[in-house]
Amino acid sequence: MSQHRPTDNRSGAEAVPEGLWTKCRQCGNMLYQPEVSDDLYVCRHCGHHSRLTARQRIAITADEGSFREHDSAMRTSDPLDFPGYLEKLREDEAQIGLRDALVWGECTIDGIPVSFAAMDFSFRGGSMGAVVGEKFVRAAEHSIERRIPLLVFACSGGARMQEGIVSLLQMAKTTAAVGQMGRAAVPFIVVYTDPLTAGVFASFASVADIVIAEQQSLVGFAGPRVIERAFKIKLPPGSHTAEFQFEHGMVDIVVSRRELQPLLVRILRLVSPRREADAE
Amino acid sequence: MSRWLDFDRRLREVDEDIQKLERLLAAPSISEERRSQVRAQIAEIRQREEQIVREVFSHLTAWDNVLLARHADRPYTLDYIGAIFDDFVELHGDRRFGDDPAIVAGLAPLEGRTIAVVGHQKGRDVKERQFRNFGSARPEGYRKARRVMRLAERLGYPVVSFVDTPAAESRLEAEERGIANAIAENMLVMSSLATPIVAVIVGEGGSGGAIGTAVADHVMMLEHAIYSVIPPESCAVILEAFGRDPKRGPEAAEALRLSAQRTLELGAVDEVIPEPPGGAHRDPGGAAERVKKAIIKAIQRLESIPTETLVTARYAKIRNLRHYEEQ
Repeated sequence: MSQHRPTDNRSGAEAVPEGLWTKCRQCGNMLYQPEVSDDLYVCRHCGHHSRLTARQRIAITADEGSFREHDSAMRTSDPLDFPGYLEKLREDEAQIGLRDALVWGECTIDGIPVSFAAMDFSFRGGSMGAVVGEKFVRAAEHSIERRIPLLVFACSGGARMQEGIVSLLQMAKTTAAVGQMGRAAVPFIVVYTDPLTAGVFASFASVADIVIAEQQSLVGFAGPRVIERAFKIKLPPGSHTAEFQFEHGMVDIVVSRRELQPLLVRILRLVSPRREADAE
Repeated sequence: MSRWLDFDRRLREVDEDIQKLERLLAAPSISEERRSQVRAQIAEIRQREEQIVREVFSHLTAWDNVLLARHADRPYTLDYIGAIFDDFVELHGDRRFGDDPAIVAGLAPLEGRTIAVVGHQKGRDVKERQFRNFGSARPEGYRKARRVMRLAERLGYPVVSFVDTPAAESRLEAEERGIANAIAENMLVMSSLATPIVAVIVGEGGSGGAIGTAVADHVMMLEHAIYSVIPPESCAVILEAFGRDPKRGPEAAEALRLSAQRTLELGAVDEVIPEPPGGAHRDPGGAAERVKKAIIKAIQRLESIPTETLVTARYAKIRNLRHYEEQ
């Protein structure tokens, strides 16, 4: 399912229609499209990390062809019958090809089996409602059943407003599932990617065993613009970044995307409870 | 002005009329005949008042509920603590950084047992409001609550959590000290704490700030409390569905289904505690009495369950909230 590296640039560099070239969102330099995925969607000129879709993330992280998706058909039941919500969901479904903001399944990384989930910011801002919560819990339960690590790429604007209290309760649900993993002694690794805020940052993403963050990602409880608007204050530059969270002890390791894969492999080798059994 | 606020003001005027008449009754010079006249007058006014209350409260809008939940005269956590428990020893500090007055915590007796109590605390006047940070807790507040809940687990006390916050504190200092982590750690601990936990949303159940102390075996909401993922005004500003217009907060409130009854229907809380006629602020003593009864009933039931079963059932309840389709 992921043999081919996706070449679309929907959430990545700024689109240049029909062309072979795209423009880096940060420095404005032109990037040769066929090279973009080989470069892990990192700008050759300034090092800017483009946001990745869940599919792109799977493609650059999982061993080629190893990813098997679970629960791809799951959809929200729109529990609040919220005005305009179903239409927005259908729009995102058609445009993005996902039914909600998290894709989960099983794959290997350098041969090591993991339960794997990637969030997709292009789907409703990566927000967490009933489906994201349920899929996260299933990924956690899968890691417990199979006794393999759980690896989650987290990016999210927070809870899914249109699912109201149901989305708020997903914070408790996903966090409680992390507790189950802890009792079962299976490791949970999370990678913060741009942007990660609010309800997802303040739930399962904050209680992982190992927290890695992609450099320069926006990471914060409330987004900086939200705070500046609400309290009519100006925040210092660099607040609410991966580096800021690292400085304050909330993140174990900040890395560039280029360094991420080898780091993940090193960590998975250290924490994977199956390795000895597999070697026999 | 909202229909309900207008109604509340009228009620207060009626209350004042009654008080005037009662003062008249107390006057020594009043004749027996006049006295019985006044009594009849008071009874008539009261009856009319009750009728108005019943009428208005039989069709409250979601926005009415928001205003009721935020009402400045509504009883706060320490009011409930004072009315429900014969004693309360407040414990301070998170043992890491400081003490957050936006969350109170401590020990209290309840019918022969000791209870660990935690709760958001709002302020009544300008000075206290600032001191309590409007009930918006910092990381220290959540960590203090966690410390006291851990203490309850060690010593075998049930936990009662009063929830009443507009939101968690989100400014830079809270961020620096890990507000997201503090909330998440609380949910983690509460989801498996080996002692009964009862939560009561008494006013505003404001998003992450609320759920950070609201993971429990039995979650109750006062009839006019609200429980919401986002303040309705903010929701209206963000969503196109409301034209990104803060003035359309009332519509967003309706859509968010944040009232106690709607929240119960969604399976997000376990019980709604009825308030005295006209709302908890019109009879704080009566409200506290109802809350006390509900807490005792819940704790008695939970205490009879073996701890392991209790914790398993709590996880199952949190885990099995299903609002999705698979096909």
